[in-house]
Amino acid sequence: MRYILAFLLIFPFMLQAQEATQTFGSGPQIFRLRSTTDIDILGPVIARFAELNPGITVNFEQWGSNALFENSRTACEGGDDPADVVFSSAVQQMVWLVNASCARPYTSALTASLPDTRRWRNELWGITQEPAVIVYNRDQIKGADVPRTRFALLDLMRTRPSDLRGRIATYDITESGLGFLFAHSDSLEASTFGAMLEGFSRVGAVATCCSAEIIDGVASGRFQIAYNVLGSYAASNERPNVGIITPEDYTLILSRGFMIPNNARQPQIAERLLDFLLDEEAQQMLADVGLRMAHASEETGMPVSARRPIALSPTLLIAMDQGQRRQLFALWSNAFEPDVP
Amino acid sequence: MSRNNRPHSLVTRLTAAVFFILMAGGLLVAGATFYNGQQAARTAFDRVLVGAASDIAESIRIQDGWPIVDLPVSAFELLAQAPDDRIYYSVRGPGGTAITGLGGDVLLDAPRTNTQPVFINDALQGEEARFVVLPRIFAERDFSGEITVIVGQTLRARRDMALNLMIDALWPMALAGAALLVFAWFAIRSAMRPLEAVSDDLTHRDPYDLTPMSTEGMPREPKVMLDAMNRFIGRLDNQFEAMRNVISDTAHQLRTPVAAIRVLAETTLEEQDQTARDRAMERLLLRTRSLGTLLDQLLSRALVIHRTEAAPRVEFDLREVALDIIERRDHDLLAPDKEVSLIIGEDPVPVSTDEFSVGEAAKNLLSNALKYGKAPVLIGVDHIGNEALIWVQDAGAGPDDAIIDRLGQRFARSVNSREESIGLGLSIVTSVASAFDGRVEMRKNEQGFRISLVLPARTKGPSV
Repeated sequence: MRYILAFLLIFPFMLQAQEATQTFGSGPQIFRLRSTTDIDILGPVIARFAELNPGITVNFEQWGSNALFENSRTACEGGDDPADVVFSSAVQQMVWLVNASCARPYTSALTASLPDTRRWRNELWGITQEPAVIVYNRDQIKGADVPRTRFALLDLMRTRPSDLRGRIATYDITESGLGFLFAHSDSLEASTFGAMLEGFSRVGAVATCCSAEIIDGVASGRFQIAYNVLGSYAASNERPNVGIITPEDYTLILSRGFMIPNNARQPQIAERLLDFLLDEEAQQMLADVGLRMAHASEETGMPVSARRPIALSPTLLIAMDQGQRRQLFALWSNAFEPDVP
Repeated sequence: MSRNNRPHSLVTRLTAAVFFILMAGGLLVAGATFYNGQQAARTAFDRVLVGAASDIAESIRIQDGWPIVDLPVSAFELLAQAPDDRIYYSVRGPGGTAITGLGGDVLLDAPRTNTQPVFINDALQGEEARFVVLPRIFAERDFSGEITVIVGQTLRARRDMALNLMIDALWPMALAGAALLVFAWFAIRSAMRPLEAVSDDLTHRDPYDLTPMSTEGMPREPKVMLDAMNRFIGRLDNQFEAMRNVISDTAHQLRTPVAAIRVLAETTLEEQDQTARDRAMERLLLRTRSLGTLLDQLLSRALVIHRTEAAPRVEFDLREVALDIIERRDHDLLAPDKEVSLIIGEDPVPVSTDEFSVGEAAKNLLSNALKYGKAPVLIGVDHIGNEALIWVQDAGAGPDDAIIDRLGQRFARSVNSREESIGLGLSIVTSVASAFDGRVEMRKNEQGFRISLVLPARTKGPSV
């Protein structure tokens, strides 16, 4: 509750501008990359790109997903501040932008080799592969208590409500486009979604922001469990007391959407960046920072049948429907504001 | 360059024609299949649109007096059957108030319908798209009115489907077309083979070779051409042959009498005795005159031979030839002591030959009869069946059978027949006969010897 209030306070400022900015390279051509990805994580890859293309300066702007969406939409509708590349984890927003013909098509051998779930209309491409995971504090959750599936998590919330009260965190879907996407996908995926919300409600789970903060909270013991956190952030932080679970019933796999706005000023560089990101070297770098999960199931311990890639397809438009959003928000607020008098 | 220098080959031309015909057919069929494909794609994806719209319409429920749309995933999965197409959807309440939908201000005025879905072609953000408008009417306690569901989709998948349907249909057709072209080429080649044989024959033929070309196994069309060509070659050959004969005959026939006249003239010059000299002069004169006759005959024969090949055949009455000979009375000069009578009927005897040649032949027959036969000499014309005859008869016994056998050959003169031989004259007759598809008939009976030139009659005259 307090966190939500805190959010509502900073929310308007986040819509205004990016959270952070960093430049790479020092060429004469200014190239603007707007992404929801943390600069700390994606920075090295972009630095390598700038190194390979000495003529350009990459302005890497880190945005919140909803702010980035509003910015892109304004730019598409004739705004004077278009990005050259929008690279967002809230792919339903990207699909919406493509559907509203805000994107520029491009094809190359590399884009053509992407599977259908990671490509739409040759205007939107899924660059990464990141699972939505459950992270837990190893010191506090041990042995058989470690929830390998959602059912186990439900049982845990049912059997130890007092231990977990206020100690479970997840994304706030009202603020995070990615959080909304995960919640929406969960609601489509299984009947467990309702039970999960009920469970969260019972233990007073905390809806908060930002992967890094949530993982910090888990590491520090502030939270025992965080649900639906991007595995990439969890893996990149490498904290010994943070355990990562890819749920065995099903694991959502997100592929961050790469889009070239139709009014981009440097579309050629954007296309070059796309090919660079899809090429082997960058893919390896992305794998190293955890943005691309290993394919083989032995490495992740996840059965192939449990993989649920979030396909870049018009079906994601449902997640952008106002009615649908209202209903999900209503469910959400019921769950997370149970003690409002 | 080479195209200008080398004339078109018929095979190439025909093959090209067949190719263009096939191409034109292929284009027509391609157009037709593309149209069909478009229809099929339109039907298929229109159903998808209606399916999605129905799904959405089904999901509308009234809650607290206001419609709530719980968008079904299945509707969007249906629309995702066209994986690369953009989507539009809009749910509107009574009076066009938006309930939910995607932004964008397309289709402000959706047409009113009753219950049937209505399709509209319009643009979706600048791209061609097709929309369906589907109404659902509510009559609840707390809400009544029409809710309109509009679902639209761009046309990319339809185009792909139409194109693929067309390509799928065209592939086998293209293969069949190629096969047909190959077959056509072989057919044309085989049809052209006789022509090639002719051209090969002509190319490799010796320019002096005037033998006819083989028409064996030739199809009708080139055979007509070849026959005409062979006729032409034959005439050329005959002309050459005749010319050669005339020249060699003239040389052959003239050499002896001219040599004799020279010898006679020399001896006459040397003769001292007046009477002997006069006698020699007389013999010289006789020889000279006979040489003149011979020359006449040679020239007339050359003329006949030339005319039989070159002169057009005209229709005339054979009786006129006989009449003409009698009226010119040449026989009075040759043999004034012998009587010549004309025997002709009242009906004309039409033949289609060269009148001059037949006249020369008849003249020769008559002069032979006058020279060697006995009076009375008769000349007559008959019409028997399909044949017209002109004949000469004398009361003599006629020549020996051995001579008859050899008659008409060019060098029929025996050693002692000397220059006044009947040989040359008869050879004219046989030439005329053979030139006009006729023949020479010789017959001996108690009245004497009759020799006839038999020619085909022009038309069927009255039978005898």
